[in-house]
Amino acid sequence: MARIIVVTSGKGGVGKTTTSAAIAMGLAKKGHKTAVIDFDVGLRNLDLIMGCERRVVYDFVNVINGEATLNQALIRDKNCNMLYILPASQTRDKDALSQEGVGKILDELKKDFKYIVCDSPAGIEKGAHLAMYFADDAFIVTNPEVSSVRDSDRMLGILSSKSRRAEQNEEPIREYLLLSRYSPDRVKLGEMLSVDDVQEILSLHLLGVIPESKSVLNASNSGMPVILDEKSDAGQAYADIVARYLGEDRPHRFIDDKKGLFGKLFGRK
Amino acid sequence: MSTDSQQIAHHSPVLEFKSSTFSVPVLVLVGNDVITIEQQLQEKIQQAPEFFKNSPLVFDLQELNKHDLDINVTELTHIIRKLGLLPIGIRGGGAQQNQQALDLGIPVHSGHIARDGVYAANQSGTGAASTATSSAAPKQQTPEPEPEPVSAPEPQAVAATTTMITQPVRSGQRIYAAGDLVILAQVSAGAEILAEGNIHVYGSLRGRALAGVQGNTEARIFCSDLQAELISIAGNYKVSEDLNSAVHIRPVQIYLQNHTLVIKDI
Ligand SMILES: Nc1ncnc2c1ncn2[C@@H]1O[C@H](COP(=O)(O)OP(=O)(O)OP(=O)(O)O)[C@@H](O)[C@H]1O
Ligand SMILES: [Mg+2]
Repeated sequence: MARIIVVTSGKGGVGKTTTSAAIAMGLAKKGHKTAVIDFDVGLRNLDLIMGCERRVVYDFVNVINGEATLNQALIRDKNCNMLYILPASQTRDKDALSQEGVGKILDELKKDFKYIVCDSPAGIEKGAHLAMYFADDAFIVTNPEVSSVRDSDRMLGILSSKSRRAEQNEEPIREYLLLSRYSPDRVKLGEMLSVDDVQEILSLHLLGVIPESKSVLNASNSGMPVILDEKSDAGQAYADIVARYLGEDRPHRFIDDKKGLFGKLFGRK
Repeated sequence: MSTDSQQIAHHSPVLEFKSSTFSVPVLVLVGNDVITIEQQLQEKIQQAPEFFKNSPLVFDLQELNKHDLDINVTELTHIIRKLGLLPIGIRGGGAQQNQQALDLGIPVHSGHIARDGVYAANQSGTGAASTATSSAAPKQQTPEPEPEPVSAPEPQAVAATTTMITQPVRSGQRIYAAGDLVILAQVSAGAEILAEGNIHVYGSLRGRALAGVQGNTEARIFCSDLQAELISIAGNYKVSEDLNSAVHIRPVQIYLQNHTLVIKDI
């Protein structure tokens, strides 16, 4: 059965698009046919990070309006043929998406894909609502600071009461915490919340910690999801996250900096 | 139990009656000087402006009438509305006061606040034929104020009047219980839990907890880790600034003594 994953947060700029691109690529590289959808109508970011912005002909809104078929709009990734991107429209406003339209597209994608990753826009308004409404799993991207954690908590409340699964009284959405832009040094200085602090506030299953890393910016400049940069810490963090999501048991890394690079690589205490 | 839809022959029904219970703050007046009332009401509202904004309100004149203190209902209604509250009922008024209220479109509730914990049932009980239970939707934030269906697996139901929640109550969520409310998970900052009876929270309480919201001064709040933004019993508030942070991570109970909230270790 296909699974719909929403990458969401409430707060803006926490790393949703970075995460959507990385995990979609990670799942596809593991051999699962994956589609990643940009729900951020009007901003269009995902295609830049995926490096396919110059191949966009049709977008999500065109498909909803029946101006293009899904197959015409889906862009196959240049690095991995198991991965497809459905870009957002840059020219439409947010109201172009409808719940019915989104539902129809997701139903169609589910026939053909194993994973459908929905990159949510910031906020809790319509766009974010549509991105999460049909989800089976939710990746809650949170930065280690109070306002981000609070917004994530809010989003969790919405997931558990306003999603399709909640409304139809089905098994609830599975929720996972992704703590992003984590910097052990700044935690030590008391400038950031620690993993434990965040866990205590949200009480949520931790799927992984993604360190603050220059490799993320480099990756987005070169239009390659950071997970393809296998030497980078952020790339490895996302690889761990994908593996854990698929059921592998991997120890958490990047939570403290007391080990050198080798210690980190081998995950030794 | 709560559905008394009518059978109307030969028509497919386009409506039905349901009886349900809502949370409505009750303003119990103990003095009749309207200037003081306005002043003190304003102060109360300032303590929790979001909570009171456009909130429906029932005013209760029983205490006044017991002491033969008269009050002009028209004037009182004017003050309440001016402060941004929406009066939707009068309780314990005399015949003339009730008529004044009706003239202003405010329904008369024949229920009264019972004391010593027997408060819950009388709303619908004594209301008998003359009045329905409270109407009007309570003021609300994002999710519905009805007791969340997400939680409370049936077999765990403790008593008919106890609502049990097993999931975390997240920021922006609001839960209302007609009786006691038992929460086995955390209550996040930005969440709000309300009960006509007692509240028990077995996770961290970081949001707002309001017990005895129908005026039951005997209601208590029990919690294992008090970090609340606001606690209230029968309308008596404390906001987090007034709470001693030393009570964290220790089980405490909160009750009302001479109109003052008392926080005590258990
Ligand atoms: N682990 C990281 N280390 C360093 N920078 C990061 C990291 N993750 C994300 N960033 C940077 O943070 C910024 C925001 O990231 P991104 O666009 O993924 O966030 P978003 O949640 O999708 O934002 P929006 O809410 O606007 O859609 C980008 O400049 C990105 O390069
Ligand atoms: Mg984004």
